[in-house]
Amino acid sequence: MYNGKYIIPGIVIFVGLFTFPFWSNLLTPKYERPQLAMPADQKECIEPAEYMRAEHMHILDVWRDQALREGKRAYVASNGKVWDISLQNTCMKCHANKADFCDKCHNSNSVSPYCWDCHVAPRGNQ
Amino acid sequence: MFISLLAVIALGCIAWLGAASGFQYLIGVVLPYAAVLVFIGGFVWRIVDWAKSPVPFRIPTTAGQQKSLDWIKPARLDSPFTTAGTVGRMLLEVLLFRSLFRNTSVEIQKGPRVVYYSAKWLWLFALLFHYCFLLIFIRHFRFFLEPVPFALTAIEFVDGIMQIGVPRMFMSDVLVVAALGFLLARRLFSEKIRYISLANDYFPLFLLLGLVGSGIWMRYFAKVDIAAVKVLTMGLVTMNPVLPEGIGAAFFIHIFLLSCLLAYFPFSKLMHMGGVFLSPTRNLPNNTRAVRHVNPWNPPKKYRTYAEYEDEFRELMEEAGLPVDKTSEEAAAAE
Repeated sequence: MYNGKYIIPGIVIFVGLFTFPFWSNLLTPKYERPQLAMPADQKECIEPAEYMRAEHMHILDVWRDQALREGKRAYVASNGKVWDISLQNTCMKCHANKADFCDKCHNSNSVSPYCWDCHVAPRGNQ
Repeated sequence: MFISLLAVIALGCIAWLGAASGFQYLIGVVLPYAAVLVFIGGFVWRIVDWAKSPVPFRIPTTAGQQKSLDWIKPARLDSPFTTAGTVGRMLLEVLLFRSLFRNTSVEIQKGPRVVYYSAKWLWLFALLFHYCFLLIFIRHFRFFLEPVPFALTAIEFVDGIMQIGVPRMFMSDVLVVAALGFLLARRLFSEKIRYISLANDYFPLFLLLGLVGSGIWMRYFAKVDIAAVKVLTMGLVTMNPVLPEGIGAAFFIHIFLLSCLLAYFPFSKLMHMGGVFLSPTRNLPNNTRAVRHVNPWNPPKKYRTYAEYEDEFRELMEEAGLPVDKTSEEAAAAE
């Protein structure tokens, strides 16, 4: 091999960088899905859990537009139930703790929604 | 072109069918591991293979005045003659694609006469593609690190600063598709480039478009369960693979195309990622005349000195009356 004194360190740096997620996680404890604090007195959200998991951000976005820009305050869920379109009064009535509900998944997956630029973040019963 | 397109579509279909028919562990865990191994192994093998090829003389592409007499101004970057100049040239090449910046287009106009234009589009979109892809690559580390470092959050903040839609639109996603679209379009609509384009030129473009497209589809439209995805990706990097329930097919298509890209990478033109550092036309100083370069594969030279010659033929030479450096007596005395 020619020019090994340049090429071998280059290969080592490349492999080191590429395998960074593997060796940097050597000491990481086993990753668990974040456990959310579910509301104690409610069993159902406005839509099924799978749908909420995938689409909650979209619902909130649409709700924001409907409530603030169009003045519509009624949401008809897929099961026909009518809900008041309001983050403060509908969502946060049950999901009263941002730190134990919203932030768990958002922090773990590096999602930073800008809900709380305007809204007051709920802090549960503290 | 169509073969490449069909191949990528077929790969997408394989992943989709596989995810739907119970091969999720194969696609989500086994193939990514295999692909990473092939990628690293293949990459190192290609580099070592190249490193074994001797480069006996300097063959830099010169794009400026060579170092000459003191009163002639040399081009320190375009015809570098020092290590610093060569490193500078390489840095500009690797980070800013300086050769593409010099790209020209040639055209025959009425007359007939040949006209050369400066053509910067290729440079612009190539640069755009590479930096967007790097940014997207780095952004994905949020799935491999826990907790997510602040730098990643900061990158995402800047990338999504336009706050369009939910989940927030990343500028790099849009730009990478635009850049790939341009790189594909120039192969399709420029006759000269189309003529020299082969299946292995189109395939990486379609594969990257498929990869980026499936990622965009997954993030903005199909919406997979991202918390479950992170359980899977963290399982992969902690060597503790798990397959959580309820990840959508879009994710399996995405990771399958990624595995294909990783496994294909070392054996394709995409190896220019490593190859650019080993380009003898760029990484050598132009000092052909200033420094003696010895061909490394030359056999050891066999030569005979005059003293050895005289030692052999001294007596014959003396007999014939030829002059010698040492007479027989002197030689005998020295022994």
